[in-house]
Amino acid sequence: MIRVELPAHLRTLARVDGQIEIEVVGAVTQRSVLSALEARYPTLRGTMRDHVTEKRRPFVRFFACGEDISLKSPDSPLPEAVAKGRETFLVVGAIAGG
Amino acid sequence: MSSVRVLVGTHKGAFVLKSDAKRNRWDVSGPHFGGWEIYHLKGSPADPNRIYASQSTGWFGQVIQRSNDGGETWAPVDNKFAYAGVPGTHTWYDGTPHPWEFKRVWHLEPALSDPDTVYAGVEDAALFRTTDGGASWQELAGLREHGTGPRWQPGAGGLCLHTIILDPSDPERIFIAISAAGAFRTDDGGKNWKPINRGLRSEFLPEPTAEIGHCVHHVAMHPARPGVLFMQKHWDVMRSDDAGDSWHEVSGNLPSDFGFVVDIHAHDPETIYVVPIKSDSEHVPPDGKLRVYRSKTGGNEWEPLTRGLPQENCYINVLRDAMAVDSLDECGIYFGTTGGQVYVSADAGDNWKPIVHNLPAVLSVEVQTLP
Repeated sequence: MIRVELPAHLRTLARVDGQIEIEVVGAVTQRSVLSALEARYPTLRGTMRDHVTEKRRPFVRFFACGEDISLKSPDSPLPEAVAKGRETFLVVGAIAGG
Repeated sequence: MSSVRVLVGTHKGAFVLKSDAKRNRWDVSGPHFGGWEIYHLKGSPADPNRIYASQSTGWFGQVIQRSNDGGETWAPVDNKFAYAGVPGTHTWYDGTPHPWEFKRVWHLEPALSDPDTVYAGVEDAALFRTTDGGASWQELAGLREHGTGPRWQPGAGGLCLHTIILDPSDPERIFIAISAAGAFRTDDGGKNWKPINRGLRSEFLPEPTAEIGHCVHHVAMHPARPGVLFMQKHWDVMRSDDAGDSWHEVSGNLPSDFGFVVDIHAHDPETIYVVPIKSDSEHVPPDGKLRVYRSKTGGNEWEPLTRGLPQENCYINVLRDAMAVDSLDECGIYFGTTGGQVYVSADAGDNWKPIVHNLPAVLSVEVQTLP
């Protein structure tokens, strides 16, 4: 199981509390995790990445094992600790404003 | 007994304000969708308990919410607004070609007779429609592709389709307006469109009377007289008596003919309302006085309505979708400000009072008159 933590607004939208756990079939990558998230919580479609191009929204970042992996290929394998469920895949809304 | 429900979209959530027909005591609920920009909410004329809301942020994009119980509970519906075909380019601020990119929904217009059919005006400018209650959206691409689209240029607020008017006498006729492309009309249900900007004059354009390029801020139509349209353009208040085929100016004695809103009395199609704003560079009421102006002659002769509105040190704005009217026997007029006030007049504009003082900046106001 993959552990995922969403930012507050997306937790509200998906109607979940705290961390969620999802099953990913096959390689564990940004793309496969996001696809599994969107399949289980269809209201998240379009909120983290574009519906059509699947390009990450500019103010959304992805972290794993303390590292910002937003700019890595969406098809790169995520760290084993995330794939094994020991670490959390974080979806983060960028701090922006001021 | 009749009642009213006011749907307020703000910079940080939606609010629902309810009152009986006296419009004295108000029940306020919200924020719904706290922290999100709510550009617009509107109820279905065919089923007032069916309400649609446009919810968005720069972080997480667009969400469309639907309520089946008058705004008590909500559930998201489809939020995929994909342009038809290969969308091509419009013109950017600097005159260069720029790809069409969906940003947000500015306006939702439920159909007059079917609660499952809704039109959505979006940025970058296009018109979408759902016929299944929001489960899917399709573009009416004839508008964007009718020929002038590549020359459309954004206004300061973006290239937004912000006004959608459905003609109650002709289901095939729709009016829309885009900043800063102008007004357009279809007479065949959205397949074919034409610009309807003859008579508009915009000094900022190289050709001030060009076919397109006018910064139309809002258009209003009285359902009993669908051939007559009133427009608040960037500058100038305009009137058309031939369904937009031609326009003439009716700014008359207004202290400024810049502004955003225009609306029409529910029972008198010749009584219209605007809120003059000082200029496009300042965006505040003239002289620090918040004044609604009313014309009982369909334009040209205007009277200031000030009773109950701040007449000193007022520097707010009233945005294009932030005025509405109810259809009670004594017509109520409502508007919201960027300072977070929503004002009501229960006597057609003679006297005003705030329903709420301190909401987030108000983006839109709609009113439902309930039996």
